[in-house]
Amino acid sequence: MEIFHYIIANWPLIIQRTGEHVEIVGVAVGLAILTGVPIGIAITRSKRAADAILYVASIVITIPSIALFGMMIPVLSLIGHGIGYLPAVIAVLLYSQLPIIRNTYTAITNVDPALREAARGMGLTHLQRLREVELPLAVPVILAGVRVAVVMNIGVTAIAAYIGAGGLGAFISRGISQTDPRQLVTGALAVSVLAVVADLALLGLQHLLTSPGLRQTKAAA
Amino acid sequence: MIRLERVTKLFASATIPAVDQVSMEVPEGEICILLGPSGCGKTTTLKMVNRLIEPTSGDIFIGDKNTADYNPVELRRTLGYVIQQIGLFPNKTIEDNICIVPDILGWDRKKSRARAAELLELVALDPGVFLKRYPKELSGGQQQRIGVLRAIAADPPVLLMDEPFGAIDPINRAVIQDEFLKMQAALKKTIMFVSHDIDEAVKMGDRIAIFRDGRLIQYDTPDDILAHPADSFVSDFVGSDRTLKRLQLLKVSDAMMHDPPVVHADDTLKTAATLMEEHGHTAVVVVGPRGRVRGYVDLATARENRGKISEHSEALPTTIRSRENLRTAVSTMFRYDTTWLACTDDDGLYKGYVTLRGITRLLAEAYRDG
Repeated sequence: MEIFHYIIANWPLIIQRTGEHVEIVGVAVGLAILTGVPIGIAITRSKRAADAILYVASIVITIPSIALFGMMIPVLSLIGHGIGYLPAVIAVLLYSQLPIIRNTYTAITNVDPALREAARGMGLTHLQRLREVELPLAVPVILAGVRVAVVMNIGVTAIAAYIGAGGLGAFISRGISQTDPRQLVTGALAVSVLAVVADLALLGLQHLLTSPGLRQTKAAA
Repeated sequence: MIRLERVTKLFASATIPAVDQVSMEVPEGEICILLGPSGCGKTTTLKMVNRLIEPTSGDIFIGDKNTADYNPVELRRTLGYVIQQIGLFPNKTIEDNICIVPDILGWDRKKSRARAAELLELVALDPGVFLKRYPKELSGGQQQRIGVLRAIAADPPVLLMDEPFGAIDPINRAVIQDEFLKMQAALKKTIMFVSHDIDEAVKMGDRIAIFRDGRLIQYDTPDDILAHPADSFVSDFVGSDRTLKRLQLLKVSDAMMHDPPVVHADDTLKTAATLMEEHGHTAVVVVGPRGRVRGYVDLATARENRGKISEHSEALPTTIRSRENLRTAVSTMFRYDTTWLACTDDDGLYKGYVTLRGITRLLAEAYRDG
């Protein structure tokens, strides 16, 4: 009951911090799509490059977020942004690379070779094949990668409150330091709800962007 | 016209060429079947025409232009291409699949969509139903028809087909083959068609090129390939029943006796007997006033009885249309235990007769010449 009252009383603050949270994840994952998808496409040309890039991206994702924030402080301090918004965005950007690059790469390399041969044989250029066939086929898989990145990084961003990036993590960090269960639970609840809502919204987007010709029919599912 | 001049392909990883000094010419408007066992170089040869594979040496001409002088992408847009796996784009509707080449060529959308509808009519698929469907909603046979339509959408003079009907069940395959031949009779494309099926080659080809180990062994009309195989490889490949296969290349009209004697229902049996004796026949066909087949009278009946033919004629078990092939004719004879058939035109008018003896003579002629 106490928590309920707290939520009602602090509704504007919750909305504000949700906005900050969404901004960090949105900007960073948006940038990650702009970088990850072209990288994923580029490495389909060379197996060696693909192995190297995916290896590096896999290593990055194993670094604990708190350690990553720590490592960025001295580096970004040089430009006066050791803590706050910038390192949070950079961390999310880095963590998002693996799911997005990997899914793009897998989706494009898994395009049926017969489609590629038909497209080549009919005189489509490399870019036309990408635009007309390969990317439309890859969209559902790429968006699945984006969903993974978003959900995972809503969690990472909660921790970014410790480096002063704001967001819903601020409720949690204050709840811990002030031993105030109301803030703690409010923060945890809000982060969870945000993750679930974002996932469902992206699922809807994925459905919308997938050609009806590729959607699973009920009979097949 | 497609002309190959001493075309050779040596793959980087191989020591013997996949295609070795192949020279051949496919005349305008004809279907040439590249035939042979797997690994014989037929598909490699086909793919060198649209430069999906670049020849190691030799020249390929489309019309009188060397394909090496084209940009490969531009070249491919002027050559229709159909593959066994079809490769319809699952993300596009049937309409957009058919229009892919017109679209990249920048045709007017209205014009290309109208053409797609027109093409669907050509293969008896209702445009109202199919234009907006996706490939996964179509059967394999329907998909392959769309694959062919997609290849001819931009009206290329030349079609390259790589075992286009290989993945379709035998019943549907025969239907699609017939449909395609009908289409080709109207379109008159110059076609190079890879197959490993001698029956398909005999049925579809104006000419057949037989490949073995990268070399062109024999390039001839189907009847010549079947009647005069160049060597034991070809004769083994076309099969020991190759003479029977020739039956489907020949029409009933080729073996038919034209302007046969006929009698009418109200003639006398005596007239019939005299007529048969004159021609040395043992039976004569009775026709109606407009020339339709009514039945027949045999010599013994005509000699032993008196009166009008109408009282003694018997019905024929069956007749055959003169544009059917001889394979159908022979099969019909076996089915009805007879050695001759009355032949009619499409309107059912009596045109002549065909006998088993006449068919065997016709087949044997090719061997006497050789």
